[in-house]
Amino acid sequence: MSALGRVVRSGVGRRRVQTLVIGLTAMMAVAASVLGGSLLVVSGAPFDDAFDRQHGAHLSVEYDAARTSAGQARSTGRADGVAAAAGPFRTVSVTPRIHDGADAWPMTVAGRGDHGGAVDDLTLTAGRWATRPGEIVLSTDASLFPTLGLELTFPGLPDAATLKVVGAARSVTRSADAWVTPAQVTELSTPDRPGGYQMLYRFTAADTDAQVSAGRKAVTAGAKAVTGTQSWLTVRASAERDTALYVPFLLAFGVLGLVMSVLIVGNVVAGTVGAGLRRIGVLKAIGFTPALVVRAYVGQALIPAAAGTALGVLAGHLLAVPVMSETADVYGTTSLAVVPWVDAAVVSGVLCLVAVTAWASAWRAGRLRTVDALAVGRAARTNRGRWAVRLAGRLPLPRPIALGLTRPFARPARALGMGTAVLFGATAITFTVGMGASLGEVMEAKAHDAADVTVAAPLPAPGPDGPIATTEPEPDAAAVAAVIDSRPATRTYYSTASARATVPGVAGTTAVVAFTGDASWGGYTMVSGRWIAKPGEAVVPTAFLSATGKHIGGTVTLGGLGEAVTVRIVGEVLDPRNDGMQVFTDAATLAPAHPDLTETTQHIAVKSGTDVATYVDALNKGLKPLGVTARTGGIEGGSDMVVTLNALSALLTLMLVAVAALGVLNAVVLDTRERVRELGVHKALGMTPRQMIAMVITSIVVTGLAGGALGVPLGVTLHGWVLPAMGHSAGLDLPDSVLAVYDASTLSLLVLGALLIAVLGALLPAGWAARIRTATALRTE
Amino acid sequence: MTEPLINLRDVSRRYDDGPPALQDASLTVLPGEAVAILGPSGSGKSTLLNLLAGLDRPDTGTVTVAGVQVDQLGEAAAARYRRSRIGMIFQFFNLLDDLTVTDNVALPAQLAGTARDEAHRRAAELLEALGIARHDRAYPGRLSGGERQRVAVARALMNRPPLLLADEPTGALDTAAGQDVSRLLRDLNAEGQTLVVVTHDLALAGSCTNRTVRIVDGRIAEDVSVEAAR
Repeated sequence: MSALGRVVRSGVGRRRVQTLVIGLTAMMAVAASVLGGSLLVVSGAPFDDAFDRQHGAHLSVEYDAARTSAGQARSTGRADGVAAAAGPFRTVSVTPRIHDGADAWPMTVAGRGDHGGAVDDLTLTAGRWATRPGEIVLSTDASLFPTLGLELTFPGLPDAATLKVVGAARSVTRSADAWVTPAQVTELSTPDRPGGYQMLYRFTAADTDAQVSAGRKAVTAGAKAVTGTQSWLTVRASAERDTALYVPFLLAFGVLGLVMSVLIVGNVVAGTVGAGLRRIGVLKAIGFTPALVVRAYVGQALIPAAAGTALGVLAGHLLAVPVMSETADVYGTTSLAVVPWVDAAVVSGVLCLVAVTAWASAWRAGRLRTVDALAVGRAARTNRGRWAVRLAGRLPLPRPIALGLTRPFARPARALGMGTAVLFGATAITFTVGMGASLGEVMEAKAHDAADVTVAAPLPAPGPDGPIATTEPEPDAAAVAAVIDSRPATRTYYSTASARATVPGVAGTTAVVAFTGDASWGGYTMVSGRWIAKPGEAVVPTAFLSATGKHIGGTVTLGGLGEAVTVRIVGEVLDPRNDGMQVFTDAATLAPAHPDLTETTQHIAVKSGTDVATYVDALNKGLKPLGVTARTGGIEGGSDMVVTLNALSALLTLMLVAVAALGVLNAVVLDTRERVRELGVHKALGMTPRQMIAMVITSIVVTGLAGGALGVPLGVTLHGWVLPAMGHSAGLDLPDSVLAVYDASTLSLLVLGALLIAVLGALLPAGWAARIRTATALRTE
Repeated sequence: MTEPLINLRDVSRRYDDGPPALQDASLTVLPGEAVAILGPSGSGKSTLLNLLAGLDRPDTGTVTVAGVQVDQLGEAAAARYRRSRIGMIFQFFNLLDDLTVTDNVALPAQLAGTARDEAHRRAAELLEALGIARHDRAYPGRLSGGERQRVAVARALMNRPPLLLADEPTGALDTAAGQDVSRLLRDLNAEGQTLVVVTHDLALAGSCTNRTVRIVDGRIAEDVSVEAAR
């Protein structure tokens, strides 16, 4: 081994704390960056791949067939900016019944002669295309599982048609739930339900919302019978939502990790140089050139950084598995995995950062005059901080504590590095605590579990792809309500019923939740607008507004029910269920179109001071003959996504906190080693081990508090940036109640948490200082 | 009969696998005595001083100082012992550079819990008595060697210890300053202060102590009082 190699190796081996700190920092930065970068790169890959191959539609527009002719619809394909167009395809919303008599959810059926074309070139995944009447091809994304040979009837139609499933196809932009021949669509239509014309467009430019909006404007200019539109960006966002949700916070952690890497590495190498001047002097005296000395110190940083980087890549890949698995097989075109170039970019980037930072810090070692290094032996003493010592001496504090408090002022650069490490730790903790609280708020809003007691009907048996109504007798809602009313402790209650409806321009069906009674107290968090006040009004989640291009004050028509129902949107509600594709309205709104709507759940608030358990027991006695059961609290569970997000952020925070504590540990170790003789003098004068520990611990109090005081607001700011971005990725506009999660007591505790990080980092060297042999310390040069 | 202030009984100390630094050493020092521990480098005199100061523990034997069995003390008790029973003077002063002269002197009292004002009052008295009161607000770096050692002596006397231990107190001083410190130690002894001075400087031993203990290869080779020598 060369002389340089031996020096580097001995430096890495001797300075184990510094080696560990650099290694862990690099590992954390790389793990977060690999994961975040990979998700950023691959989250849209399966969709993009399929979209390119199938010539997906940038925009699909639904025109009212009663007010638009096929020719008028076709002419829109010649508008400016349209690169290709397909259609018009006749569409109709129908509710099929399966051979066993069970009604499926409503679906949008389009009439197409073939599955190919310049736009929305469908991929047949099973069977064949429908070529004659009586045949139907189901979408792989439809609520009904595409079983070949399955027969569907349509009892709502005058001529009870029967269609046989002959194939399954995938439309990347989800243009319909099923396809039949054009002639068949006409048979499925009725005079009061004429359906629409679907036009599919590809634009010359459609990468952004603005470009798609411009295209929409161009093709619908002058058309007054547009009943719905759908942008490919909405479908894309929905497709990559699960992975995209992780990207903002992982990038935040990645940036935190990288900045911290630079800081820690710079601090460690500078500290090593400062504490090892005599060693540098000896190296130079025996013939090391300045360049060799610098390379020796850069090497001492690069070796643990390389090890940490390798472990970080491994950790990034392992963490990516649960995050990516959900979307890996959605399109069956691209398997999701960490892209090699992301690995290469992150690894080379981090190692370059470490090398440059270490080089800059070690440069001083190269320039140092040999004679000075040998003469000084260790970092030269300065007069810094004496004012603080004088000031602290006047404070009514025990002397060891007063001496400890002034230490940061004696070595301000080191204290700054230490404080910045604590700052990043505090930022990470603050962000994670805030994110956990915000996600908790979102989950609470999703659960709508403000009710003290819930009475739920037994769930229907699941069908092949979702619940299918059965012939089981439904509980008598009026009887259930009577039992609830009979309890004197009942303060108020409302009941919910569910249905599914089609919405023009939106493929598949949309969940409709209908309330009987005032549900405004049920835990629904409004983003904007107001709650439902009367029949005919509805509130919808943000994603629904985005997908349909609607706004508060606008109307939306619900199809697939007994008759079309038009509701006015009066509010935007926070609800991530069903990808935000839901409509909440009053039960009376649906009554004419869906007279057999069955209330499935009652949500009860009891009077103040009521023992809920006793109430539930009493209520259940009355409900037993009705076949339903009351229980305490809401009905929703947690979310795997939230669990994963919280676990991942906790893990990254733990790593960041560990790195911050190790950064403090490194700085305090350097400090105590550097002033070991001084510590010996203190002990010789009668300082007890406990006083010594108090002095060393106190030496980081100012730094820890300052780091916390700055880091906590930084964490709050980061939370304010990242959470809305995550919400955007999930198609949610987050209201203040979700974002304003920090109160004064939480912030105070977080600052104390930062202090705790610093104290944890200082405990080990404090113990070492307390145990050091006085005679040995006094002999130290 | 007067109780001895220092009582070493069959004390041995060996570091790692090396030869014994101190072997079967027994020594008694009465209150008011001034004892010089003499010997060449590596003879074991610093080991003896460390054992007396409670900075180290013997492998065998007992060390009793001012009624305290020092070899049985834990770390905290040893610190309290140093605080209350001994004052230490070092060759290189070991003053704390960041503290003023007054703060340096007052530190042992403050570590013992004495209030700041009271500690500073006592420090001022000592500085006055030792003739360096004009430097009370100065930092040690600005003082001459002799002045620094006077500050160190003042610090050692701060808690009125029954025993003053000095390790080569003039070793880092020029001749004039060395004589000055020597006179100071002699005066302190004349006032009743018990002194143990580790040195290889025969002149210092002769001028400020009345008993000489010579150590050779870890063994007490000679223990002679000045009166007896005369």
